[in-house]
Amino acid sequence: MVNMRKDIMIENITKIEGNAGLKVVVEDDAVEEVQFIIRDYRRFFTTAVRGKRMVAVPSFLSRICGTCSVAHLFASLMAMESSQGMEVTEQTKALRRLAYDGLMIRDHALHLYFFVLPDVLGVDSIFDISDDSRDPGHTLLHDSFEIKRLGTDISNAVAGAAIHAPLPTLGGFLRSPNPTTFPDLVARLEAVRPQVLRGIETFFEWDASLVRNSDYLGLRNDARFEFLEGDILNSNGRRVPASEFKDYLQYVQIPYSHAEGYRFSDTHEDYLVGALARINLNRDLLHARTQADAAPYLSAFPSNDIYDNNLAQAIEILHCVDDAIDTLQTIRIADEERVRQPPRAGTGMGVIEAPRGLLYHMAKVNGEGVVEDYDVIVPTAQNQINIENDLKDYFNRNLDKAEETLRADAESIVRAYDPCMSCATNFLKIDWIRR
Amino acid sequence: MERSLQRASGDDQRKRLVVGWFSFTCCEDSTILLTELLNDHLDEWKKVVEFRHMKALKTRNSLSGLDVAFVEGAISSDSQAEEARRIRENAKYVVAIGACACTGKPSTSRNQFVSEQLNERIQWYLSHFDYGPEVRTLDDVVQVDDMVRGCPMKVPSFLQTLEKYLRLFDVGQHA
Repeated sequence: MVNMRKDIMIENITKIEGNAGLKVVVEDDAVEEVQFIIRDYRRFFTTAVRGKRMVAVPSFLSRICGTCSVAHLFASLMAMESSQGMEVTEQTKALRRLAYDGLMIRDHALHLYFFVLPDVLGVDSIFDISDDSRDPGHTLLHDSFEIKRLGTDISNAVAGAAIHAPLPTLGGFLRSPNPTTFPDLVARLEAVRPQVLRGIETFFEWDASLVRNSDYLGLRNDARFEFLEGDILNSNGRRVPASEFKDYLQYVQIPYSHAEGYRFSDTHEDYLVGALARINLNRDLLHARTQADAAPYLSAFPSNDIYDNNLAQAIEILHCVDDAIDTLQTIRIADEERVRQPPRAGTGMGVIEAPRGLLYHMAKVNGEGVVEDYDVIVPTAQNQINIENDLKDYFNRNLDKAEETLRADAESIVRAYDPCMSCATNFLKIDWIRR
Repeated sequence: MERSLQRASGDDQRKRLVVGWFSFTCCEDSTILLTELLNDHLDEWKKVVEFRHMKALKTRNSLSGLDVAFVEGAISSDSQAEEARRIRENAKYVVAIGACACTGKPSTSRNQFVSEQLNERIQWYLSHFDYGPEVRTLDDVVQVDDMVRGCPMKVPSFLQTLEKYLRLFDVGQHA
């Protein structure tokens, strides 16, 4: 028997954040190896922040990522505040949640409508979607403009910008938002709900599917569907305090990728973070209006289908719309100063849900308020092994298909994770497990 | 006001500005900002701009015949420099987009790493992949015709620059 070997290479996976490729080695009609290759060059942010004053670091670290800069900003602020034993006010917590609703709405909508929707419609890109206003694709794309704009406007109102927001700072905000802008935002959020529901229905009805059993990790806060506070929960019900999260992770150094992978040292061979994990673990805590109006689509969960990460993001947009409406209608803005206190030596963690999943920042600060050590663990790095295992499973089941189909489907699977290579390659880990 | 925009061939397809959008080492904040601008400008830009290469939004991309290449990010390696040169050869004009392309910062942080310990810790990455000795700005590597500064890029500056090239290539009026 002749040994047949074939490599399938995708140099650049498109319609994702950053640069990644894929190499699949097929031998004797079986997949020998799948390499998901993150190609973004490291910027060594966690080394660069050593020696900087802690007040300057969160804004600097928001530059890790353009699309989820608010997530890195908030995780870093929370790590610093934790290192200082600093308690922020309830108003600051509410405003951070509101700004975060804005982030999730815009970020998820960018992924779903600009990256994934062309796959759903069978076209190459948003530039190929019909200009005919009666075309369903045209309607969905134009829905996305209003949804994204609203997310950005919420971030602008609260944080000063959607990208590298200037107002959130250590202990609070540099300036409180102007509440006279809130009624207009509420009206627009109410008006956009039918459009958001149209998107949910679209991703529910899309028949793409790849089912494989993974572990799912996400924040769990028993009081509410939370992105910023909670314990880490996995599919087996194991609950870990956020401050101990890193102790349960194993770094896996992947020689062909600029980013490390991770294993959660508890149960499954791999795990997934992100919207699919959050909805699998916390759908009982979604906003009541979201639960009511999205009930037919929530029946898809719990799900082991990676394509349901798209549906989960669409449902989270609705949750964030409903949560933002509540906050904007009920919050009473006091003109309060940010919390200030003299620096002290300490170590703190900020563990939150970025749009793509669990995000960990750790800061060690000395008595002068200068950062001595810093660590970041991002969602895409955590998902890297899961992505490879999904792709291996997909290729093993579909090797009879045409190569063009295999390539398109592989990109579509990676895209479903909404990976972000800019995030994944900015850090330095040294205590790895060689693979 | 619509001007006559017939192609030289005489077909009825309007002449459009052929652009490419590229990202090197950065956080892609200007790419994200561009996707935000598309909320308001996509319908209008589709009439006057052909996005021929934009990996962030398209699978089928081509480098050939670009009028303007907008390039975001700093240059971390020889292979990135080579790619930048390829873009330069295929584009009549090159515009550096955002702080990392224009000034290198903050992607150039590693250029300032001096401690032996730090160098040792990052050495595996630097040697295992094709990192260059220094991170460079775009105009360290190729001729740059315009810069849109900011982190992310300043929107009025980007819109002015786009307008400039639409006029330069005699592409019809847009907002």
